[in-house]
Formats: sequence, structure tokens, C-alpha cells
Amino acid sequence: MHVGLQHYLAVSMILFCLGLLGVILRRNLIVIYMSLELMLNAANLALVSFSRFNDKLDGQVLVFFIITVAAAEVAVGLALIVALFRKRQSAHVEDLTSMKL
Amino acid sequence: MKNELFPWLILFLPLLSATVIALFTLRSKTVSSLISIGAVAAGFVLTCLFVNSNGIHYSGESSVNWLTIGGLNVDFGLKLDALSMMMLFVVTGVGGLIHIYSYSYMDEDAGKARFFAFLSLFTFSMLGIVLSNNFLMTFIFWELVGVSSYLLIGFWFEKPSAGDAAKKAFITNRLGDFGFLAGILMVWGLLGSLNFSALQNAMVANPAALGASATIAGLLVFCGAAGKSAQFPLHVWLPDAMEGPTPVSALIHAATMVAAGVYMLCRTLFLYNADALHVIAYIGGFTALLAALMAVQQNDIKRIIAYSTLSQLGYMVMAVGLSGPTPAMFHLTTHAFFKALLFLSAGSVIIGMHHEQDIWHMGGLKKKMPVTFWTFTIGALALSGIPPFAGFYSKDSILAQCLEQKNYLLFGVAVFVAGLTAFYTFRLFFVVFFGKEKSDHAKHAHESPLVMTAPLVILAVFAATGGFIGITNNYGSQFAADHETLSLAQQFLEPLKTPVPMFIGIGVAVAGIVLAFLLYKNADTDPLPAKLGVLATWMRDKFYFDEFYEKTFIRAHDFLAAVADWIDRWILEGAIIGAIRGGTDLSGRALRLAQTGNLQTYTILFVLGVVLLLYFVLGK
Amino acid sequence: MEAINNLISSGGVEDVLFYVFAALTLLCAVLVIANPFSRNPVTSAMFLVLTIISMSGLFLLLHAFFLAAVQILVYAGAVMVLFLFVIMLLDLKEEARRKIKFFGLAAGLVSVGSIVAIFFKALASAKPGVASPKLEGETYALGKLLFTQYTLPFEIVSVLLLVAMIGVILLSKKKLE
Repeated sequence: MHVGLQHYLAVSMILFCLGLLGVILRRNLIVIYMSLELMLNAANLALVSFSRFNDKLDGQVLVFFIITVAAAEVAVGLALIVALFRKRQSAHVEDLTSMKL
Repeated sequence: MKNELFPWLILFLPLLSATVIALFTLRSKTVSSLISIGAVAAGFVLTCLFVNSNGIHYSGESSVNWLTIGGLNVDFGLKLDALSMMMLFVVTGVGGLIHIYSYSYMDEDAGKARFFAFLSLFTFSMLGIVLSNNFLMTFIFWELVGVSSYLLIGFWFEKPSAGDAAKKAFITNRLGDFGFLAGILMVWGLLGSLNFSALQNAMVANPAALGASATIAGLLVFCGAAGKSAQFPLHVWLPDAMEGPTPVSALIHAATMVAAGVYMLCRTLFLYNADALHVIAYIGGFTALLAALMAVQQNDIKRIIAYSTLSQLGYMVMAVGLSGPTPAMFHLTTHAFFKALLFLSAGSVIIGMHHEQDIWHMGGLKKKMPVTFWTFTIGALALSGIPPFAGFYSKDSILAQCLEQKNYLLFGVAVFVAGLTAFYTFRLFFVVFFGKEKSDHAKHAHESPLVMTAPLVILAVFAATGGFIGITNNYGSQFAADHETLSLAQQFLEPLKTPVPMFIGIGVAVAGIVLAFLLYKNADTDPLPAKLGVLATWMRDKFYFDEFYEKTFIRAHDFLAAVADWIDRWILEGAIIGAIRGGTDLSGRALRLAQTGNLQTYTILFVLGVVLLLYFVLGK
Repeated sequence: MEAINNLISSGGVEDVLFYVFAALTLLCAVLVIANPFSRNPVTSAMFLVLTIISMSGLFLLLHAFFLAAVQILVYAGAVMVLFLFVIMLLDLKEEARRKIKFFGLAAGLVSVGSIVAIFFKALASAKPGVASPKLEGETYALGKLLFTQYTLPFEIVSVLLLVAMIGVILLSKKKLE
């Protein structure tokens, strides 16, 4: 059986689920951020494969934008983490519960 | 109609005055009172001019369409005929004199400007009733009169008794107005119109137009009159209303507002069938008798006059019930003169006595207050029905009406009440003005200023001559087409046409005065309780009507209110609102658990939401 | 040798490469989030780099050459350097081995399980055909599309980058007011 769209989608899905588990289970904010990147990449993979198998280039354009936005997001997110760390001396999610009512 | 604008001006000038005072001049006592007096005086002048240009026997309407809802067509209109124009004279004339009198009477009161604003509002409302050409408008002004009466009775609201009296008056009136409104709706439902002229035409064209419910409709409308004119069983509010300032008692509770009920009965006389009129007549007669008995044993100068007012109103209502609108309106007009005079004289006495109202603390005021004494004498003679004063003519016409209708029971009641009236009036007269001074205040009493005595003198002139200056001519033309106009001399001798009631009337009045003279000439305390025993106690305690109402209606009402309160507190607020509130609270507490502040918990919830969304988009 | 030629002509090489890259990607991803040997975020970061590189291999297999290059340049280059830089800056200690919360684990597994289930259900109902792919992700075509049809989003993204830059500078200032 040739490798087709569904194979790529399966990989994308597994990657997404791994990223999700990382976000939910890890405690280090930076690792959580990396897991987020994994999820974004999973989406990228799905988009590229759709683009390839649907004979449309727009998916790739979207991926291009996603990469750009992800870069910006990482920059801002990491800056936030740095600021938080300066204030709290910790990068663990469990220490950041001041939003609690 | 010439000068068609005048009636509108007469009506709205007092409202304008009340508005201006309330909005702009509340700080200045003098300006406020002058504006108010000016408005009512202008009303009187305009009334004179209007009557002069159109003649008193003129009849017409001036109206604008106010609202149309389906088949209901309501005008805001003025009905001008002899009846309303005579009432205009009474309201603006007597009312104007009372305004002037108040200028001095209320001089020391901090709320003088407010008083005059209320007074103007009342004048506006009363003129509205007088001029209205349809039931709905009458009802609205009827309620406005109730409100302004409430405001004025409770004018000294810092006194609990005044506040209670105001509430009592308003609520008792509301009871009557409830029936009035039901009657209006019934008339509208059966005849399809609210306009007096249209209704009258319909009733003339088909006297049975109201069908089987004619009696009920008539009596329901009479309910309103019973409330306003304080007829039994709604009479209890009027004596308490004396808590208001004395000019208010004179204006509202003697000359105008309480007369509104009688006026309305005469205005809508075409509605009542023989049965309804019978009931009205007997209620009137009973009220007259009851109030006169109560008056005999009162000791507060204003309350005595208040019960006398009740009694005289009973006379008027009885006259209407005996198909005699002309005597009723005649008595209403003369009563406005002499009762306003009595109240204002009493007010003058009260001021002279430094706000002492108990007659057993007065005495010997004849020399100290000569003008007040003489005006009061004229008022008392007029009230007692001594010729040639105004009250004699009007009372005689009512007595004659009783005989003409061959209602000997009511004739007997009326004669007896006439005797009682003379007796209690002169009991008051002798105790207050003769004998020796019974307190320090009485020794230092002084005559009132000219602003107060001048209205007294003017009213005294009318109270003396009101019987033969053409009042019956004007009213007579309204109610009887074949009424012949009498000259001054003919009017003067009119009672001689029916000598029986005249002589009986004069006889009982003189008997009452003589009896009062014998008992009270030099009395320091009231000799009657010893002679009458328990009856006197009953009279003094107003036959326990207040207590009876307290024990029955108010108790029952309190019980209903308690039940409603229980339902509101426990079922509505406790069970229903409590369940909603508790449910909200509980779910809020439950949802609060989700607010851990932990990022990952939020992520999980978020992902679960996305999963749900995905399920609906993809997996279904 | 003949077998290899057959494999190439029938596209078998691509299939083999797919499986290799896919396996590498997923393995490295697992090691990013749960490395049994190390809890150091630096290790995670290095494995993320590997994941991204193998993903760009997958992109190559999908003939998205430009994106494969960008992926390596931007992600493996810029973004990962940023990550490592921050890790060094914060001097993070190793994440203590704490007991994984049962609630978190259960919830994560439930979410993942339902996503997988929905995925298969959607796939079964959609039945994507095995039509031979023909699109070539040439840089020329992509650039043309980017600067014609997607000009506005492109410009907006540039503004976004600017805003992000300003924001980062503001956030990194010593005193947050």
C-alpha cells in the first residue's frame, strides 16, 4: 500500500497528541512551550499534506504564515516567561496560580 | 360662544401658578402666595367676564379630542352651562376669599409657599371637575382632588395625627372611587359613551337604556359621590381631615371638594332611576341625622363644624335623592358661603386663641374679637336656618321638596336635624363667645388682622343675602325647562308659598337656639352628659364607627395583608426566589472548583471543549 | 540491485523514507515530552531540533522544498536558539521528578483517546482517495502566490512581527510598570 494522505495525517495526529500530552503533563513552562511548538508543527504537517494531495498551493502559504506567527509567539512567550521568572524565581506552572479566585 | 378661551384660562391658570411656585418661587413666601391668589382672582374675574358676555343661561361645550382607543373616544372638554358656571363662581369666588384669608393665616408657617402651591393645585383639580364634560375627565380630576386634599390635610406632616388623617381621607376616598370607576365602566359598556351630553341624550331617547342594571350602575356612580361628600358609611374621614390648616378645612372640606359629590350627582342626574334615588335619599337623610347627633357632643371647634358639614351634605344628597337638584345645588351654594364663613371665623378664633381648639377653654370672646363675633353670628344664624339668612331659604326648599315628594319620614328626619343643627351651632356660639373666660389664652385673645377679617365680612354679606339674589333662578333653569325667573322680592317671599315647612323649620330652629341658650349661657362644663347619660357618651365617641371599622374592615384587611405577606415571604421569596438563588449559588460554588488557577487544568477543560466541538464537526 | 531499481521506479523508496522520517519524528517528539533519562530542558530542546529536522524531511517527501528549508532555518535555527538562550539565561534547575497527577494523566488520556477516535471516524467516513499527487511546491509558485493573492496577510504578518518585537523589548525591560 502506497503512502497516501492518511498516513501523513496519522503522523500529524500522533504528533499533535504528543504535544497535547506534553502541555497537560509537564510542569516546566519552557517544555510546555516546546510541546506547543510540536502541536503547531503537527498542524503544519497536516496542512502541507493536504496541499500536496489536493493540488493547491494555498496550504503551504498558510504554513508559511504559521511559521512566522509561531516565531513571533515564541519570542513574546519567552519574554513573558523571563519576566515571570524574574518576579517569581520559578518557571513551574504550579507556582503560578494567582489567577485563582 | 364668546370668549371661548376664558374657561380654559380659568382652568389652567391655577395649574400654571402651582407649577411656577413649585419650580421657581418656593423660597419666597410672599411671591408664591401672591401668584396663587392672583391666579384664582384672575379666574374669578374671567368667570364674571365670561358670564357677562354669554349670559348665565348659556349652554355649550368647548372640547378637543384627547384620545381614541378602539370604540372609546375621549374628549378633553369643558361643559359650560348654568350649573358649571355657578360652580365656577363658588370655587373661584369663595376659593379666592379663602386664598386671601390664608395669606395672613399661614403667615408664620415656614411652608407657606408649599401651602399655596398645593392650594393652587387643588383649585385646578376642582375646576376640572366642575368644567369636565365627560366621565373619564371627571374621574381624573376627581383623583387629583383626592391627591391635593391628601397633601393639604397632611400639610403639617410632622404631626403623626395629620399624616394619619391624610391617609385615612385618601384611602376612604379610594374606596368610594373604586365604585365610581366601576360605575363609569358600566355606563360606558351599556351606553357606549362617556360624554355627559351624549349620555343624557341617550337616556332621554330611551329611559330604559341601562336595562336591568340601571340601579346598580347608578349606585356605583353614587359610591364616588359618597366618598367625596363623606356620606355614610364613608363619612369617617371628614372629621379627621380637620387636622389640616383651617383655610383648607374651609376650602376643601366645607365649600368645594365635599360639594363635588353633590355636584357630580346633579350633573349625572339622568342616570339614576327611582330605586337608586331612593337609596341615595335615605343614605343622605341618615348621614344628616347621624352627623348632627355626633356634633352635639364634640368639644373641638373645628370638629363641630366638620360634623355640621357632614350633616348639611347629607341634606344635599337627600335633596338629590328626592329628585330635587335645584334645592340641593341651592343649599350647596349657600352652604359654601356660610360654612366657609364659619370655618374662617373659627380659624380667626383659633389664631386669636394661639392655636387652642377646645371650646371649653374659650369663652367671653365677644368683646375681644368683635368682627369675628359678628361674622360668626351671621354664619351661625344662616346655618341654623333663621330668616332671612341664606341657609333658611335653601333649607326651606329642601324641606319643601320632602313634602312635595310626600316622604314624611325624611321630612321628619330633616326637621329634627334642623333643630339639632340650631342647637349644636348655638352651643358652640354661646360657649365660645359668651360666659367667662375659661383659660388664660381666652383672657389674652385678640382680633385678627384685616386681611383675615375682610374675607369674613364679604362672606358674611353673602351668607346673609345668598337666599334671594338669584341663585335658584340660575340653577332652576338648568334642571327645569319651565322654571320661571323670579324677581328679588318674589325670591325673598318664596318660602311663603309653602308655609308648612317654613313655619316648622323656623320653629325647630328657634327651639334649638333657645335650648342651647338655656343650657350653655353660663356653663363652664357641658351639662348634657349628666342629662343624657350613655347616649351622650355615644355621641361624643361618634357612635363608635371608627372602632367598628377598626374591628371589622381593618382587622379583615390586616388579616388578608398578613396572608399576602406570608405568601410573599415564604412562598414567593422563600421557596421560589430562594430556590433560584440557592441553585445559582450552588452551581456557582461548583463551577468555582474549576477555577484552580492552574494553567493545565484550564488546558484540559479547553481541550475537552475542542474535542466536543470536533465531535460535532467531524465525528457525527 | 534490481530490487532497488524496482523499488525506486515504483516509488517504494519514498514510502520507505516516509516511514523512516515519520518514525524519527515521533520518536524524537516522545523524547521531547518524556525523556526517561533526563529531565533537563536542554535535552528536550535538542530533541525538538531533531523532530523539526525530521519533519522537514517529511516536507521534502511532500515536495514542499521551500517550507522544508524555512522549517530548518526558522525553527531549528532561530526559534531553538531562542529557547536555548532563555534556558541558559534562567539557569533552570532540573525539573524535580514529581508524581504525575492522576487527574492530569487521566484527563490527558481521555482527551487524546477521544481525538484519536474522532480522527479515525472522520478518516473512515471521508475515505481520501489514493490519487497520485502532482503538486510541486516550487519556490517560484509559492512566492508568486504570496505576493499576489496573499499580499495583505503578508503585510499584516510583517506588522505583527514588528509588534511582537516591540512587545518583547517592553517585557524584557528590568522594571515592569
